[in-house]
Amino acid sequence: MGLMGTGILKGLGVTLRHFIDTYAEDLKYILNKSGVQQPRPLRRQSPKNRGLVTVEYPRERLPLPENFRYVPFLVYDTEKQDDKCTSCGICAKVCPPQCIWIVRTEDPITKRPVPQPKEFYIDTTICMNCGYCAEFCPFDAIKMDHDYELSYYPTQEPHARLVHDKSRLTKPDTYHASIHPTDWHRELADRAAEEAKKKAAAEAKAKAEAAKPAGGAAAAAKPAPAPGAAQPSAPGPEKPAQADADKGSRE
Amino acid sequence: MAEETTNPTPAEPATAAKAAPAAKPTSPAAAKPAAAKPAGHAAPKGPPLATLTPELAQLQQHFGESIITPAPYVGVLVNDLSKLRDVMTYVRDQLGFDMLANVTAVDYIKEGYLQVVYHPQRSKGGQPITIKVRVPRGSDPVAPTEVAVPSLTPIYAGAEFQEREIYDMYGVRFEGHPDLRRILTWEGFYGWPLRKDWHEPYYEGDTKPFDSRWPGGHHELAEERVPWGDNVNYPPGFDPLNFNSDPDAGLYDSMLSGVPNAPIGPNGHAQQAPQPQGVGAAVSVYDRNYNTLADEEELQTDQIIVNMGPQHPSTHGVLRMVVKLDGETVTDLKLALGYLHRNHEKIGERNTWLHNIPYTDRLDYICGLANELGYVITVEKMMGIKPTERAEYLRVIMAELTRIESHFWAIGFLLNDLGAFYTPALYFITERDLILDLFESVTGSRLMCNYMRFGGVSRDFTEDQLAHARELAFDRIPRKIDELEQLLTENEIIKARTIGVGYLPAERSINYSLTGPCLRAAGVPYDIRRADPYSIYDRFDFEIPVFYGADVYDRYRVRVAEMRQSLRIVQQALNQIDQTKPGDIQAGKKAYNHRVPAGEAYGRVETPKGELGFYLVSDGGQNPYRYHVRSSSFINLNALKEMTVGHKVADAVVILGSLDIVLGEVDR
Ligand code: SF4
Ligand code: SF4
Repeated sequence: MGLMGTGILKGLGVTLRHFIDTYAEDLKYILNKSGVQQPRPLRRQSPKNRGLVTVEYPRERLPLPENFRYVPFLVYDTEKQDDKCTSCGICAKVCPPQCIWIVRTEDPITKRPVPQPKEFYIDTTICMNCGYCAEFCPFDAIKMDHDYELSYYPTQEPHARLVHDKSRLTKPDTYHASIHPTDWHRELADRAAEEAKKKAAAEAKAKAEAAKPAGGAAAAAKPAPAPGAAQPSAPGPEKPAQADADKGSRE
Repeated sequence: MAEETTNPTPAEPATAAKAAPAAKPTSPAAAKPAAAKPAGHAAPKGPPLATLTPELAQLQQHFGESIITPAPYVGVLVNDLSKLRDVMTYVRDQLGFDMLANVTAVDYIKEGYLQVVYHPQRSKGGQPITIKVRVPRGSDPVAPTEVAVPSLTPIYAGAEFQEREIYDMYGVRFEGHPDLRRILTWEGFYGWPLRKDWHEPYYEGDTKPFDSRWPGGHHELAEERVPWGDNVNYPPGFDPLNFNSDPDAGLYDSMLSGVPNAPIGPNGHAQQAPQPQGVGAAVSVYDRNYNTLADEEELQTDQIIVNMGPQHPSTHGVLRMVVKLDGETVTDLKLALGYLHRNHEKIGERNTWLHNIPYTDRLDYICGLANELGYVITVEKMMGIKPTERAEYLRVIMAELTRIESHFWAIGFLLNDLGAFYTPALYFITERDLILDLFESVTGSRLMCNYMRFGGVSRDFTEDQLAHARELAFDRIPRKIDELEQLLTENEIIKARTIGVGYLPAERSINYSLTGPCLRAAGVPYDIRRADPYSIYDRFDFEIPVFYGADVYDRYRVRVAEMRQSLRIVQQALNQIDQTKPGDIQAGKKAYNHRVPAGEAYGRVETPKGELGFYLVSDGGQNPYRYHVRSSSFINLNALKEMTVGHKVADAVVILGSLDIVLGEVDR
């Protein structure tokens, strides 16, 4: 055990080392002016740092990891000028606290569902930021946001400030691409692969049709609208089936 | 309860046994486990009966086939309530199941009974056994059951809080319980919240997903859904404006004069508590000084009752320790719990299987990933699936890093409790935050990770993240643990304050169902990673650190040693993970609408706090029929009184700190 008090002295040595290390670290930043700008908060809270860690929050910010998740947003396809969401309802089902509310669009004449949300709400007072909606959406239409500084004036209606409606939720896919580059590249690759597959299938079909007496003209016309129309309508048949399956499962 | 004589006891089993078959005709072709077992022969339509393990077969042989019969799915049923104590004594003494891991109940509303489920286990290791008893639900929905279950507190001290919880949540009366009061809700709460016919405010439906969300989901704030409408039950004739019951009367009375607690009225409430003897009727008991010393010769000191908490920096959250002090010495201690109670288990039964994963993060929010692991492997056990190799490694890495960060936190705050304000705590919180940085970059969140899935995990580590983990595991954290030891282990003040404080010997610890570092600091090498291995822990080379002091100091040392062992595991896992296929993190197809085959399972893992168990019952649907969390923080508190009595009040704070509880898990 040694002399009484040596344990305490040893401990004080540790605090002293922390004290010195912190200044040494700060000195490094001051000497390396360029380091003050970008890498500072990065290095501040990293395993390499030796001193004390304080990121002075409003002035400095830690860079957010790509996977960071906060209240979700809906992706707007700037290329097609359309919401990506097909209002399939899966996110509303996987949402653990049930804070997603979707009104499906209906065709005014046929009353058949149109794959587009009419209204879309996320009640941020309830959202637990679990990320399931983004994870299970089959159309990459809902993503978790990086904007964690949500604050509102208390004079606003609770609906207005706490319940995000469709216009508040919708953000362009360019924004999504900027905060989730990896995810976005995967999406692009997936889409390209799908397109290629569809094309190949269409070609094979066209060939098969051509081989038959009917001739290629009619068959070739078929795949043409596919990228435009078939994309949103593809979920069409799948959707009701999904809904039925779910209905049946919960009596 | 005292007024209940033993006379009705022999009659009870008869009613219990009769009630079960009687309920059968009322639920024709019920999909739920049918009450099919007076004679122990499987009814053609009922759920499959358990095959008996050797221990249970021995039990059946000893007590006879009429008393012990195989239960549906798992375990045995004790048909004669009056024999329950005999059976459990035999289980403890002859079969060696010396620790009652878990007690809970299930409401089989269609069949008309409540089933109390016991999971005793051996502190030597191995799987727990399952023993069940049934009591009729009773005719009055808000009164406790007419038939009482004998309390097991004389056999297993660890049953005390768990039985109180069952009483609180299900209204099962336990006969012979020393302190049968509500524990998570307050005295005066109306109804039994975990019964299937009890509805919470804003009740919308029995199971999620709710139909109102899609396709016609017009949003409505929960508050606008008539908060005081049909969903809230008041006792008949209840007038909220004139409600002035003192919910703590029973608590203080039981501490002041040994008067039994407020008797339970016919409607399930504590009746207006009797005034404690010797205390003036109108005097509030909290600050009343009163004198118990019989011997006039002795120095007269006052005994006072002090409430520590719920808002008190020492209680690690909102917990209230009610201590009776003689001078500065604690002579009695009781806990008031439930300030963070949100009926996690009811929420869990409304949720689908998948919905529950992020909720488990919120149990013990310091080590969310370890909780997820416990839930996920229990459900996997029921579904009969296995995660991929890579997912197994990722899970272990995450769970062990969680243990390290949790222990950093525990030690930091133990020092706070000792009066070393924040310097050590912040040093260790720094390290913890570096681990949380890794969690955040992998899972997207620092605490509420929501990372594990049935059959896998949600995201793979990238190369950068693996490098971050390696840097932590091979360089930074080992260095910092050395530094921690330099700072604290030999510190004379710490030693003076902690050695011999909070002593609880091994046998008592086991009897109190203590688990985790506290049990291992008492010399019991019980760690589920070795005692009943799960996941891939059998592949790693690590030790279970054990110390023998059974005091606060050794609880600290066990935690430090465990951090080192966890590091070893993480290091090995990081070395071996290269042999697995990157990206292969989910077995089978990723799904959101899981169905779990009808059945039940008790699964447990070793979290940093101790044994975290999940008792799950499935009726084959999308939602758990029963979702019970065996919380180590909660059950470890059973032992707090015995550890604390006799110490100074300042030590009570330290002893509580050494248990390392998290109120999110205690109160659920
Ligand atoms: S899952 Fe995706 S596509 Fe379906 S409703 Fe939700 S956001 Fe829209
Ligand atoms: S993040 Fe989770 S809680 Fe929030 S809307 Fe999505 S699924 Fe619901």
